[in-house]
Amino acid sequence: MRFVDEYRDADRARALAAGIAARCRPGRTYAFMEVCGGHTHTIYKHGLEDHLPPEVSLVHGPGCPVCVIPMGRVDDATHIAGQPGVIMTSFGDLLRVPGGTGSFLGAKAAGADIRMVYSPLDALKIAKENPDRRVVFMAIGFETTAPSTAMTVLRAAAEGVPNFSVFCNHVMIIPAIKAILDSPDLRLDGFIGPGHVSAVIGCEPYAFIARDYRKPLVVAGFEPVDILTSVHMLLGQLAEGRCEVENQYARVVPWQGNPVALEAIGRVMRLRPHFEWRGLGFIAHSALAMAEEYAAFDAERVFDLPGIRVADPRSCQCGEVLKGVLKPWECKVFGTACTPETPIGTCMVSSEGACAAYYNFGRFTRDRTRGPAGEREVSRA
Amino acid sequence: MSTEQQVLDRIERARRRRPVVREERITLAHGSGGRATQTLVQAVFLDAFRNPLLEPLEDGATLRLGAGEEGVRVNLAFTTDSYVVSPLFFPGGDIGDLAVNGTVNDLAMCGARPRYLSAGFILEEGLPVEDLRRIAASMAAAAAAAEVEIVTGDTKVVQRGRADGCYITTTGVGIIERPVTLSSAAARPGDAVLVSGPIGAHGAAVMLARGDFDIEAAIVSDTAPLHGVVAGLLDALPGGRVRTLRDATRGGVATVLNEVAAASNVAVVLEEAAIPVRPEVTGVCELLGLDPLYVACEGRFVAVVDGDHATRALDALRAHPLGEQAAIIGTVAPEPAAMVLLRTAVGGTRVVEILVGDPLPRIC
Repeated sequence: MRFVDEYRDADRARALAAGIAARCRPGRTYAFMEVCGGHTHTIYKHGLEDHLPPEVSLVHGPGCPVCVIPMGRVDDATHIAGQPGVIMTSFGDLLRVPGGTGSFLGAKAAGADIRMVYSPLDALKIAKENPDRRVVFMAIGFETTAPSTAMTVLRAAAEGVPNFSVFCNHVMIIPAIKAILDSPDLRLDGFIGPGHVSAVIGCEPYAFIARDYRKPLVVAGFEPVDILTSVHMLLGQLAEGRCEVENQYARVVPWQGNPVALEAIGRVMRLRPHFEWRGLGFIAHSALAMAEEYAAFDAERVFDLPGIRVADPRSCQCGEVLKGVLKPWECKVFGTACTPETPIGTCMVSSEGACAAYYNFGRFTRDRTRGPAGEREVSRA
Repeated sequence: MSTEQQVLDRIERARRRRPVVREERITLAHGSGGRATQTLVQAVFLDAFRNPLLEPLEDGATLRLGAGEEGVRVNLAFTTDSYVVSPLFFPGGDIGDLAVNGTVNDLAMCGARPRYLSAGFILEEGLPVEDLRRIAASMAAAAAAAEVEIVTGDTKVVQRGRADGCYITTTGVGIIERPVTLSSAAARPGDAVLVSGPIGAHGAAVMLARGDFDIEAAIVSDTAPLHGVVAGLLDALPGGRVRTLRDATRGGVATVLNEVAAASNVAVVLEEAAIPVRPEVTGVCELLGLDPLYVACEGRFVAVVDGDHATRALDALRAHPLGEQAAIIGTVAPEPAAMVLLRTAVGGTRVVEILVGDPLPRIC
């Protein structure tokens, strides 16, 4: 794992931490949002906040695909899974996501045939192996996973697999960032831009953030050194009075993105007029549905959907957490009624959700650790 | 007290509340070995069967038999385990040697010399007899290697589709020959935490053998009998200096150490850079979004020992072929009680929580 170790090196991390501290202007605080749940996961998994001075805080954004699925869509999917002859397939992260009427895991225990897959192609394979069953793939994710869904539908069409369909819940990152920027109760100094999404869409779509909203953005990789480097670059822009889109993750992200992937999405999917996001409400042109030409593979047309709309539980403050207005631990039910074992909100389910990451990895204040654990006496409370 | 501290204290109280099973039906999460399994065991089984021998919920029960005028006393370790691994055959082992080694290891964790096993088989209609022969042969070989005898058993056959080929339950009895006081509740501040070798190989090998991923890697299961290496450790550190022994099966090292931290009301502080993981296991875990700390081992154990004798413990482990790559991976601290912390390789600190449900791969 040498290619990874290089980006987890403690000496490099310490050097960057010193550089970050040096770039902070005395008396000023900085709040940067990491948009992507993968970054949130890295930050907590490696304890990266220990390398940041108290002046710099990281705000966790909405880029966790599981976290933004509204409860009604989970209920619709559970409804499909309950139809005769259906095999529902889903990524593992989704199994514990609560809908209004329970989760996939509960529906599975009650008799529905719900199978975990690692790729939509696995779902297509199940469809080919079970021609007398109707196999549905529960598609979720940002532009990162949409291309593989699109490619799978193209293959299903080419090979003629009539018993395969997709329940499409793909969402797009730019409208979500715009919703955050337009939210009145948030003060941000810049963005750590998503890495994998950008590998598909490129860096150009972020230009409006620097131009119209005057916030710098650095597209970042997923290793600890990547994230610290990006924070260092953001502080550099602010110190020099610049406001640009920069690419720290050039080893993976081409500036123009991946035209082949974008073309596949364009062929198979179309923009929805609006789509509900968990906690964020309806956002215009923020999600993808199956295109007319591929209606035969669209679970929303193949099945009669109840189209359930379920209000988020009143106690759940996922919306505020997703917008970065609340820290996970500031939610009233965090860690007591809502835990990874019995999540109320989606942010507690996926390992990329801010609440799950904080609960699993970050759930202690630095000043509680004495002796071998705590040379540092930093409390972030 | 800061607001965050108050929240954290509230969470700690919630974590220590009496477990309640909220689900109406058993889900796969109840079998993962993590939090849901614990909850189920405590809220259903412990509630129904409660007695002082069961209550500590260790890997096996310690039975103190005999006494009286002649003063003949025997201390027995007694344990049982069921094996439902799929596929039945995987690189480095099969369900047969797993069923022997797993139960032998539970006895070893009680400080016992394993002696006798029982074996119960639930076979699915249609299982090739040749497969069963292979499984029996590998059980025989594993039993011979571990110097135990399979002295009683049972066989049932169920209809096709009612079992996944073959399930095996083994029960074991061993003799505790040394004056040990091993317990998950015995860890104290200042103790050292050791692991007997590289972790996560068994879980990674079985996951790859399932063929769900198009990943090829030369990973073989670590399944092995551990009583020999344990005996060496107990001889090197007599007099209660070995506090706790736990084999890191379902839920992995992270879950076992969380149980120790909770039972002993101490903190366990791990050094990420010191934890031995084979590079190919690290690679597979990276690809699947898993953390090796939660991946099952079947031939590795965690030992908590008196911190003043950590080096001697390490030498004793390394003196045995199954402990050649043993390592000191952390220490026991007083605070924060009932928690496991990890000093990450990159220089941060984080919590290591008990496994919740299956280790689910991340999707992006």
